[in-house]
Amino acid sequence: MIVFILAIILFLVGLYGVLVKRNLIKMAIGLVIMEYSINLFFGLVGFREGGTAPIITKGLSESAVLVDPLPQALVLTAIVIGLGTTALLVSIAVRIFEKYNTFDIRKIRKLRG
Amino acid sequence: MNLIPLFVVVPLGAAFLIPIASKIWKGVADWTATLSTAFLMAFSIFVIKFSGETILYNVGGWKPIGNIPIGIAMVMDGLTIIMLLIVNVVGFFATLYSINYMSHYTDKVKYYTLFLLMIAGLNGVVVSGDIFNLFVFLEITSIASYALVAYGVEAEELEASFKYQILGGIGSAFILLGIAIFYQLTRTLNLADAAVVFANIGQNPALIFLSILFLVGFSIKAALMPFHAWLPDAHPSAPAPISAMLSGVVIKVLGVYALVRIFFNVFGIELIPHTMVIFLVLGTVSMVIGSFLALGQSDFKRLLAYSSISQIGYVLFAFGLGTPLGYLGGLFHLINHAALKSLLFLNSGAVVYSTDTREMGKLGGVSKKMPITGATSLIGSLSISGLPPFGGFWSKLIIILAAVEKGYYILAGVAVFTSIVTIAYYMKAQRMVFFGKLSDVTKKIKEAPILMCISMVALAVICIGLGILLIPYFKKELLDPAVKVIEGGIQYSKMVLGD
Repeated sequence: MIVFILAIILFLVGLYGVLVKRNLIKMAIGLVIMEYSINLFFGLVGFREGGTAPIITKGLSESAVLVDPLPQALVLTAIVIGLGTTALLVSIAVRIFEKYNTFDIRKIRKLRG
Repeated sequence: MNLIPLFVVVPLGAAFLIPIASKIWKGVADWTATLSTAFLMAFSIFVIKFSGETILYNVGGWKPIGNIPIGIAMVMDGLTIIMLLIVNVVGFFATLYSINYMSHYTDKVKYYTLFLLMIAGLNGVVVSGDIFNLFVFLEITSIASYALVAYGVEAEELEASFKYQILGGIGSAFILLGIAIFYQLTRTLNLADAAVVFANIGQNPALIFLSILFLVGFSIKAALMPFHAWLPDAHPSAPAPISAMLSGVVIKVLGVYALVRIFFNVFGIELIPHTMVIFLVLGTVSMVIGSFLALGQSDFKRLLAYSSISQIGYVLFAFGLGTPLGYLGGLFHLINHAALKSLLFLNSGAVVYSTDTREMGKLGGVSKKMPITGATSLIGSLSISGLPPFGGFWSKLIIILAAVEKGYYILAGVAVFTSIVTIAYYMKAQRMVFFGKLSDVTKKIKEAPILMCISMVALAVICIGLGILLIPYFKKELLDPAVKVIEGGIQYSKMVLGD
């Protein structure tokens, strides 16, 4: 149970970073931390006490405990999606830096309310 | 009907074909995009005849074992068909419009690739029958629209896109965490199967937490009032056809459709306490505050963007009433708003195309120089303001009647009042942009190119004609099956999986 709570705390750390930090890159890092905490959470969802890898091989007994493979597949997909969003986010941040010469969100204010 | 995957495969295939084939001939981008979206529109009209049934397609031929689905499922029912129709009809006219409009910009090839990826994602969200694929397609749509918002790569566009990405990213993260808990609770990802499991476990704290995560995540995607901050920046910054898609389709599919599908068909409205109250509150707040913020805008496209928030509020408000009449009104308003808001954004695009400005103070008398744009925008404005005989009048009337029927007299009054505010800001926009004296900017302008006019006229005709959907013959074909799906609640699982 405690590991689940730790994963949620990591999620909240990421959320704090996104909401409070004023630097574009730090905000991006916050978002990445959120994504990875969810991946961790997914891994924990699939975990079984004393389970082995869910691959059927010789010598695997009928009663063997296997971990749930589905969340692992989901994590794999989620990582790829995370790569896409992060790459786009950082490249936009770089283009913003070229325009404004700063990463500080307080100075990037052409749009109002 | 084994052709459901075509809705995803065709735009996805076209999106990958375009960058390769345009190495040989540049013109291939226009043609491929137009033909594929035209095919999708025709196909989405063709599938209306299946609207009474629920069709299940198992990707890769993984048949359910007993009643338990094991593979990826695609589901098509009445609600799906309405959403497919909206996505693909608006998508086609936006593509037609892009052919002329996007010649302003540098790289049409990348534009069409992203645009078709967005359509593939939208169709995917609508047809997918399991929660994780819904998320994957939602992210495809989101990434494509983040990139398209930044398409002009000017300072404002980049800033709007960054804001959109941060808020969209938080929304996606909430949804993904929700999916993890969803899987932990049910040990299935299939929506229909999960509906059965949720009904069996009944209420528990994890389910409440899960529903809050989904509510926040999808409300960010729908730009409901406390979560709307990205929309008024992102929608005006995008190129006009993309604004039309974002306001007309994306917020409805990613936000409202997903909320309705999950809260009505999977959780069931009885299981989560106060679902209806939450929908009503979010809807009413978005409706009222969105319209007041729209009133104060001086930028034409920003005004339209705030108006989208307000109208999405109407839709959610109607679903929150929880009566069949309310669902009918919500769905009908959703269809109307898709047609008229995409029309209005295309109009604003035509104005920007000719004058290069969005400031309403600098414009004036555009109707004299651009009669087609002026006339079609007047139709759109009258329809959204709720004047008879346009579609917008009937849908607002149904929503207000449904509120009265349910006994919410004050909320019905608020809806009427918001409608009056809507008339006020659209009349303001009409007066400042399309009527009045010619300004310095608008003296030398010409009417927009022919293809832009064709798509605006077509959408205007749709706006006028949408009222016929309420005639019993058409209502029975399109709206009634969708209302039945929402009204059926968790009967959805029986419809999909069989008894």
